[in-house]
Amino acid sequence: MSAREDVLGRIRQALGPDRTTPAEVVRDYRLTDGRPPGDPALLDLLVDRVEDYRATVLRCAPEEIGATVAAALDQGLGAGWATRDVVVAPGLPAEWRPTGSDVDDDRPPVQLAARSAAVTAVAVAIAETGTLVLDGSPACGRRALSLLPDCLVCVVLADQVAGSVPEALARLDPLRPLTMVSGPSATSDIELQRVEGVHGPRTLLVVLVG
Amino acid sequence: MTAVDLGMPGLPTAPRGVGHLRGDEPFPDAARTALRNGQQRANLGHATTTIRNKRARVVAELPDWAQLREAGRALKAATMARLDDHLEELERQVTAHGGTVHWARDANEANEIVTRLVQATGATEVVKVKSMATQEIGLNEALEAAGLDVFETDLAELIVQLGEDKPSHILVPAIHKNRAEIREIFARTIPGVDPGLTDDPRQLAMAARAHLRERFLRARVAVSGANFGVAETGTLCVVESEGNGRMCLTLPDTLITVMGIEKVVPTWRDLEVFLQLLPRSSTGERMNPYTSTWAGVTPGDGPQEFHLVLLDNGRTAVLADEVGREALHCIRCSACLNVCPVYERTGGHAYGSVYPGPIGAILSPQLTGVEDNASLPYASSLCGACYDVCPVAIDIPKILVHLRGEHVEAQTRLTPEAAAFRALSAAMSRPWLWHLTQRASRLGRLLARGKPTLPRVLPPPASGWTRSRDLPTPPTSTFVESWTREHGR
Ligand code: SF4
Repeated sequence: MSAREDVLGRIRQALGPDRTTPAEVVRDYRLTDGRPPGDPALLDLLVDRVEDYRATVLRCAPEEIGATVAAALDQGLGAGWATRDVVVAPGLPAEWRPTGSDVDDDRPPVQLAARSAAVTAVAVAIAETGTLVLDGSPACGRRALSLLPDCLVCVVLADQVAGSVPEALARLDPLRPLTMVSGPSATSDIELQRVEGVHGPRTLLVVLVG
Repeated sequence: MTAVDLGMPGLPTAPRGVGHLRGDEPFPDAARTALRNGQQRANLGHATTTIRNKRARVVAELPDWAQLREAGRALKAATMARLDDHLEELERQVTAHGGTVHWARDANEANEIVTRLVQATGATEVVKVKSMATQEIGLNEALEAAGLDVFETDLAELIVQLGEDKPSHILVPAIHKNRAEIREIFARTIPGVDPGLTDDPRQLAMAARAHLRERFLRARVAVSGANFGVAETGTLCVVESEGNGRMCLTLPDTLITVMGIEKVVPTWRDLEVFLQLLPRSSTGERMNPYTSTWAGVTPGDGPQEFHLVLLDNGRTAVLADEVGREALHCIRCSACLNVCPVYERTGGHAYGSVYPGPIGAILSPQLTGVEDNASLPYASSLCGACYDVCPVAIDIPKILVHLRGEHVEAQTRLTPEAAAFRALSAAMSRPWLWHLTQRASRLGRLLARGKPTLPRVLPPPASGWTRSRDLPTPPTSTFVESWTREHGR
C-alpha cells in the first residue's frame, strides 16, 4: 500500500465508521470594521499602527505621490542617493518613480540585493494591524523585490485601506504569492526584546495617499 | 507497534530511534537538574513575564477575542472530523498549481523523502526556516548523515545550532539563553565575527544577518514548515518575523515544505480567524512582521519547484483518541508555555521533546505512546492557566487527566501510589474509618514541630512526594470537627 493510502486509511480508522458531523462554525466575530475602506479614521488608525512598528509614514495628496516617494527615499537613504540605486516594481505608475530609477525585470533575483531601496505599490492595507499586503502583481513586484533591498518604500492609496483582517483577506487572491508586511523585519529572539531589522528590509517607509 | 496505545489499538505511534519526541530521562529527574540552573531560571522568568504582559495587552484590544477563539476551536474540530477529505483536496489543489505532494507515514519516511529530493537537485547545502515538524523528525541529522550542510536561519535556531544546544521553547528556542551567553556563542563560533561584538541585542542580530546573508543568496534548496495549508486553494502559509522565512521561500530554485497533516484548514476564509489569533497569542503583536502565502509555483516569482511533504508520525494515533485528539488543534503559538508555572521554572529541556510546556505534556505522550513519555502528563499542577490563554481553547488540563488515567490503567504492578489510593478509597467509603484516619493524620503535627510544612525527610514512599513538594502540616482539627463545634450537628 502506498504511504498516501496508508495515511488516509489510518485517518478513516481513527475517525471510525460513524464519525460525528461537526456543527456549522459560527462566525460571530467582527467581519467588518464598520467603516468603509478609505474612511479618514481608518487612515489615521493605519498611521498609528504602522508607526507603532517603528516604520515611517508620509502622507500626501494624489498629485504629490512622486515628490513624496522621493522625500521618503531621502529619509531612508539620506539625501544624495543615486537614482540607479533605487529599483521599482515594473508596473509602478511612471509618475510615482524617481526619474532614472532602475525598473525590475527578469534578472536573477539575487541581483536585487545590490540595490539600496525598492519602491512598490500594495494590494491592500489593514488598518487595525498596521499591515501592508503585496500580491506579486506588476505594481507590487515579485517577492524578492520587497525583500532584498535594505530600504522599502510602499505607496498605499486611501481606498486600499481596509479596517480588519477579514475584510482584507476577502479582497485578496489566494492563488497569488502574497506577502503581508507589518513593519520592518524584526526579531524577539534575544530576551524577547524586539529588535527591528534582521534579514528583510531594515527600513520601511509608507507613502499614504489621502 | 507499541504496547499501550491511546484510543484505538492498531494505529502506529511515532517510531523510536529517530527525531526528538523522547527525552533521555523522566521529567522529574530532568526538572531537578534544570531547577539547579539559577541563570536559566532567571532568564526564563524574565522572558516569560515580558511576553505574558505583551500578549495580555494586545488580546484585550480585540472586543471579539472570545468569538474568534470559539471560531478557531470550532474550525479545528470541524477540520479534524473530515481530515481525509481536506487533505485530498489540498493535494489536488497543490498539484493543480504546479506543486508535488508526498505522503510520509513517519519520521523515517519523511527524512528519506526530503533527503532524496535535495540530492536530486545536486545541491550540497540547505537553508532552513524554523519548523517544529522538521525538528520533531530530526531532519537536520538525517540530511547531515547524507553529507549535506544544513543552515538554520531563524536567529534563535541559529543560536541553538551554533551553541550545539537544544531548543527549549516553540517560538523562541533560545529563550533559556541571555544576551551575554548569546554573545559568547557568536564570538566563539561565527567565523570572522567582529571581536568587539557587544551583547546589545541589535548588534547580535546584525551579526546573524551578516553571517547568513551570503548563504541566502547562494542557496538553491530551502526546507520550511507551514503554519497552515488551505485545502480549497492549495495555499500554504508561513508566519514569521525576521525575513529569513521570506529568503528561504523566495530565493532558492527548490522549496520543500514539511507539514503535519493536522495543519490543513478547509478554506481561505479560515485564515481570517487564525491570522488574528496566532500573532497576538505568540509574540504579543497585532501582526507578525511577515506572513507569506503561496499556491504551488508562480512563474517568474519564487521557487520553480515546490514539494509538499504531508507527515503523519503518530498524528493519526492521536486522532483516534476522542479526548486526546484536541491536541491536534494546536497552532503552536506557545502562549501556554509562557503562562505555565512549571515551564517557567524547569524550562523546555526538561520535557525531553521538541514540544515542551503544557502542549508538550499532552502532545508528546500521544505521538509516542504514553509509555515512552509516561512522566509528562504529570508535569503540571493542573492550574488551568494554559487553557485560559489557548487561542483555540484546547482543554489541556482535561487531556492531562485523561492521559494520567491511561497511564495508570496501563500499570500492571501495584504502585505505592495506587496502593495508597486504594486504602484511601476504602477509608472514604466507611465514615468511621475515615474519621479515625483523619485523627491519626494529626500525628503528622509531631513531625512538623510547629512549622507550616512537614520536613522533607519523610521515609519512602512518602519521600517520593515530599522531595519536590511541600506537604502542609495537618491542622489541629478536621473540617467536620470544626463544623460540628461551630454549628452543631
Ligand atoms: S496548546 Fe494552545 S496555547 Fe499552547 S501552543 Fe498550542 S495553540 Fe498555543
